[in-house]
Amino acid sequence: MSLFGEVPQATPVAVFKLSNDFKEDPNPMKVNLGVGAYRTDEGQPWVLPVVKKVEKIIVADNSLNHEYLPILGLPEFRSSASKIALGEDSPAIQENRVGAVQCLGGTGALKMGAEFLRRWYNGNDNMKTPVYVSAPTWENHNSVFANAGFEDVRPYKYWDAEKRGLDLAGFLGDLETAPKHSIFVLHACAHNPTGTDPTHVEWMQVAEVMKRRKLFVFFDSAYQGFASGCLDKDAWAVRYFVTQGFEMFCAQSFSKNFGLYNERVGNLTIVARDADNVRRVLSQMEKIVRVNWSNPPSQGARLVAITLNTAELFAEWKDNVKTMADRVLLMRASLQAKLQVLGTPGTWDHITQQIGMFSFTGLNPKQVEYMIKERSIYLMASGRINMCGLTTKNIDYVAESIHETVVNVQ
Amino acid sequence: EMFMYLLLLFVSHPPLCCSSWWGGVQMGPPDPILGVSEAFKRDTSPKKMNLGVGAYRDDHGKPFVLDCVRKAEALIASKQLDKEYLAIGGLGDFTKSCALLALGADSEVLKSGRNITVQTISGTGSLCVGANFLSRFHSASCDVYLPKPSWGNHTPIFRDAGMQLKAYRYYDPSTCGFDFSGALDDISKMPEKSVIMLHACAHNPTGVDPKPEQWKEIADLKRDLLVFFDMAYQGFASGDIDRDAWAVRHFIEQGHNIVLSQSFAKNMGLYGERVGGFTVVCNDAEEAKRVESQLKILIRPIYSNPPMNGARIAATILNTPDLYKIWLEEVHGMANRIIKMREQLAANLKSEGSTHNWQHVIDQIGMFCFTGLKPEQVERLTKEFSVYMTKDGRISMAGVTSGNVGYLAHGIHAVTK
Repeated sequence: MSLFGEVPQATPVAVFKLSNDFKEDPNPMKVNLGVGAYRTDEGQPWVLPVVKKVEKIIVADNSLNHEYLPILGLPEFRSSASKIALGEDSPAIQENRVGAVQCLGGTGALKMGAEFLRRWYNGNDNMKTPVYVSAPTWENHNSVFANAGFEDVRPYKYWDAEKRGLDLAGFLGDLETAPKHSIFVLHACAHNPTGTDPTHVEWMQVAEVMKRRKLFVFFDSAYQGFASGCLDKDAWAVRYFVTQGFEMFCAQSFSKNFGLYNERVGNLTIVARDADNVRRVLSQMEKIVRVNWSNPPSQGARLVAITLNTAELFAEWKDNVKTMADRVLLMRASLQAKLQVLGTPGTWDHITQQIGMFSFTGLNPKQVEYMIKERSIYLMASGRINMCGLTTKNIDYVAESIHETVVNVQ
Repeated sequence: EMFMYLLLLFVSHPPLCCSSWWGGVQMGPPDPILGVSEAFKRDTSPKKMNLGVGAYRDDHGKPFVLDCVRKAEALIASKQLDKEYLAIGGLGDFTKSCALLALGADSEVLKSGRNITVQTISGTGSLCVGANFLSRFHSASCDVYLPKPSWGNHTPIFRDAGMQLKAYRYYDPSTCGFDFSGALDDISKMPEKSVIMLHACAHNPTGVDPKPEQWKEIADLKRDLLVFFDMAYQGFASGDIDRDAWAVRHFIEQGHNIVLSQSFAKNMGLYGERVGGFTVVCNDAEEAKRVESQLKILIRPIYSNPPMNGARIAATILNTPDLYKIWLEEVHGMANRIIKMREQLAANLKSEGSTHNWQHVIDQIGMFCFTGLKPEQVERLTKEFSVYMTKDGRISMAGVTSGNVGYLAHGIHAVTK
């Protein structure tokens, strides 16, 4: 008799299962539009040229070793990463009220923020404090907060399936009716999975309600630079909220914009009222880090820190980021144009209006199943596609497949 | 819309109310172990010694990057690999060789595929995953028994995972050795299905390990406890990787389906790369698959998937015969230097004229030595001699060199005579 005899088989994480199924598909025409990683026009992963350069610098530097980083991470990484989010001239940074924790990717940053909030936000035990995530959202948001001990993780209205855009009235309505002090997870840019972001005016309206109703701002910023090709443009919402005086968290990921997926490079930026609050918050963050991973991995953080803190490398990085963003924009324009030429039923403007890596095509589950089974085109059941999976070589096949699917399957 | 824009711009301007969300956040106490290093850094004495955190130093007191690590890094760089996400459970090449290292080539467990081994964020990450897995799936008991004393971070890790902390006798301060009868007595009284934490080798913080005959008796004593081995020093203790894994392998051979945490921080010097593994020995391969699926569900909301760099280095070393050979020599070398320092410290204390029995300095094994110093003596050693160590009298032998062992002996003698 085993102690683990009763352990049930868990359902696999959907997005990884999709990649697995894709791998095993023998169809030479197959296309993987599932997991969110950048691909070149040859359909290959892309190690950024600046990253290759900096890796050589690190290898050649004999003064570097593999000693433990401090619990909160590499100092020069933390400060430069926060500057990327908040801006070089951020008043919050100048006023010395910004802190940061180097974490294991964006997931790790969300985890640290969630664990801290559950212990210390608005009184000492926040298990019952509602956490709102967008409908839909990155599926792991739910698990991160639930596993951190929040019992009440709820959706806020976000995606309007009918008009294929932002449900602003619904969003603002949920903000108005949320219990005071509720925590809201906001996507800083390039909303995952819909690719639909609020406009500046819409963000301002969101901020106004959140301030009035004392709701907590927790930004998830996984695509800065990747969305528009411009770092500052993609950080507009985060920086606006800072100017509005919010104390807030921003979970940053460098997986996509640095292409450092497997090095797990993330940063939790903390904006507080003043330096003393930052100090105490960081001291408690250390306790949480210590029981999860003790201290973070050094390789990725070193890479990013050297890049951000060296003028020519920083410029080269911004250029690499623009290369990725531009290719995505090109694929968006291309796909939309082809669907229009084919006369595919429905409107397809959302393809070019949406931003970032993902597009919510509007395909329903039956249509998605058809795409996978009949056309070997792999996408999420939600109809989400990764634009990076499109190339000049496969875009015709994908456009034709979408056309055939929409026409034949309702 | 322009009007709205301007309206909102002028209407909503700081400052907000002056109180902070974090007004009630207390200043957390500094970490007792890592706090020692911080204090050491601030000290300006030229003779200062950092005997706090357990990171290996060479005989010049410098961090040591293993040659096999540098060679592995060069090999990896030449391969021009991509940076795609690893699977949630980590790099396959790493997890296979990690399990092989711990369990041995003729392990029946490996042959029948009834283990699941996942890559973790070094030893801490492994314990975190393990503690949370047990908390979630080991419904028969929520008690975990730690040896008295144990690594300081064990307690908050298990507590945070929702388990109840208990203790069993382990260290005997009167002998600075193993309280074998006390341990057996406490273990025999543990409620069935409790979790018991055993340090596989080089016990942290005492350096006191059971002898093989004692391990045998412990393994035989109570068959219905869930054994959790923490092996952070394989190879680093005796210099021999098989010898250091003997207890783990013996328990498995005796039919215990253990769980095991491994770290490559010390034995490969990969501290900051965060390389570790967590293993569950199951009844059969089918059960291992179910357990694996649940481990992934647990890991995904913590950090999604583990970091590549260190695991790639470790896997390269373990799977490349030439590098593996160099590694065994280097690990042997590190262990040997520690053993030599122990002998020199004991010898120097004798020549200082100390009348105390310092045999335990030589008998204890691994990076740490439980000197037997009391807190007041430790305080004096720090204040008067700038020797930094943890309050419990633990010193990291790795911080001792042929250049400073005399000074250390002098200081210890001064505060204990």
